[in-house]
Amino acid sequence: MNFEWLGRQSDNIVFLLGWHVLLAVTPLILGLLIALPLGWWAHRSRRIYPLLVGVAGLLYTVPSLALFVLLPLVLGTKILDPLNIVAALTVYTVALLVRVVADALDSVPEDTVQAAKAMGYRGYQSLLKVELPVGVPVICAGLRVAAVSNVSLVSVAALLGIPQLGSLFTQGFQLRFYTPIIAGIVLCVVLAMILDGLIILLNRWLTPWTPKVVAS
Amino acid sequence: MIKFENVTKAYPDGTVAVDGLNLEAPTGKLTILVGPSGCGKTTSLRMINRLIEPTSGTIYLDDQPTSGMDAALLRRRIGYVIQHAGLFPHKTIVDNVSTMPVLLGESRQKARTKALELMERVGLPASFAKRYPWQLSGGQQQRVGVARALASDPAFMLMDEPFSAVDPVVRAQLQEEFLRLQREIGKTIIMVTHDIDEALKLGDQVAVMRVGGKLAQMATPSELLTSPADEFVADFVGRDRGYRSLGFTKTAGAVSIGEESVVQLGASAEEARAKASGAWVLVVDGGRKPLGWTQPELLNGEVKRENLNLSGIPAAASGTMRQLLDAALSSPSRRGVVVNEHGELIGTVTATDVVKAIEAEPHLETAR
Repeated sequence: MNFEWLGRQSDNIVFLLGWHVLLAVTPLILGLLIALPLGWWAHRSRRIYPLLVGVAGLLYTVPSLALFVLLPLVLGTKILDPLNIVAALTVYTVALLVRVVADALDSVPEDTVQAAKAMGYRGYQSLLKVELPVGVPVICAGLRVAAVSNVSLVSVAALLGIPQLGSLFTQGFQLRFYTPIIAGIVLCVVLAMILDGLIILLNRWLTPWTPKVVAS
Repeated sequence: MIKFENVTKAYPDGTVAVDGLNLEAPTGKLTILVGPSGCGKTTSLRMINRLIEPTSGTIYLDDQPTSGMDAALLRRRIGYVIQHAGLFPHKTIVDNVSTMPVLLGESRQKARTKALELMERVGLPASFAKRYPWQLSGGQQQRVGVARALASDPAFMLMDEPFSAVDPVVRAQLQEEFLRLQREIGKTIIMVTHDIDEALKLGDQVAVMRVGGKLAQMATPSELLTSPADEFVADFVGRDRGYRSLGFTKTAGAVSIGEESVVQLGASAEEARAKASGAWVLVVDGGRKPLGWTQPELLNGEVKRENLNLSGIPAAASGTMRQLLDAALSSPSRRGVVVNEHGELIGTVTATDVVKAIEAEPHLETAR
């Protein structure tokens, strides 16, 4: 471990970390926004559910590197455009979260949904004020998986030369120099843990009503 | 008033849940739909606020057909209570109760103030206001459910098996409180239950439905017991009809109440022996409230609490023939203790006295 090198490179490492955060978090938010209506659709229609969840599962099995390379052809972007990474990870996030959102809405007790309807909530009011808020714990559980998975997937983009913490791995391999590799791994793990912790806090803030049990 | 006119619900697979139902739930009264499972009682209830749309026929709310109304607006005019309360788990109790007024456009602050009043009315302490539903027992949740349905002061209320998910003790308590509440508020209520005893206890009128969604009989509880329309109703209403119908006959001075000599706790065995009529003497406290019966022959020393036989159930003088008869039958001396509204002793009755009054009662003979 060469700390002197770390000191010299700290500006560059912070720069890479910033990109890593941006490339991991943007797709998380976009993916959630897209997954919400799709998940609602899957929840509403028993015929659509297996189709959407099936397609989502298939998308998730496409290797990330292949997707990074294929997307420029589909989107018409340059191969080095970070937008490709954002798009690819959004696809993965959506693939993960469609099922999560559908299951979250399914998890709302039937009595609760019936009561909302019987009291005169219109469909959208029930969805926004009752079903989604009650489904938050399930959605947050899915978001935690997606966040950690995004942090690790972003590093693959180093193979395309897009700057983020993964670049430290390629650099280390090329120079047979382990310090950047270790620094990259540590920062990825720390970043994943911080995102995970933030989502746990968000969940707690949104659901003061859940029984206080220790969340894992 | 809620009125069903020839209402039918048939499903595409051919099952008929409700078949040509005609029924009128009068304003300010509690009408109960009762019947075995599969008789279409819940379907009928849910057609009123259009959670289920009728296949044919019309339902009127105060002479307005519901079919032309906006379903959400219709539902906001009707309080709705369901079996497991169906509270919103993510809202505090006070916000659960405020739901309807807020939906109707009232300010949250005003709605909360009103909600607190309602919580008190249904017997919930104000300290529950900030709690969440999971922190309450089933019976408490059901009270919240009732308060929530009443919050917008709707003219109509629908109740779907509101008391059947709680244990028998809590259920009896909720029923009593609800009856008391309904006497104050006088809503037009339709309640569904499968429990005939609940129907007879709570209903101003009871509609018995049979499998296939047909109305078998619509009558007051006492009429159902004394003149069931057919074998199905007689069977459904069940055994001991004669005895149970006494529960609807007020004593109202018809039974002669005899004087009873009493002793107080701590009296000597000699005094007890002197006051006893037969083998038993009634023991009261300083305020003439009956405590129990004792046998002076078995006393050694003064009358103590452990000498008391507690099997007798005192009846209120304002109660029913059934309570009075039960007081006599449950008493070890066969003399039933009768008390006034403060629980103080008036006197005693024997089963013979009660039966004489029943035989003299014209109601039971005239009711077909």
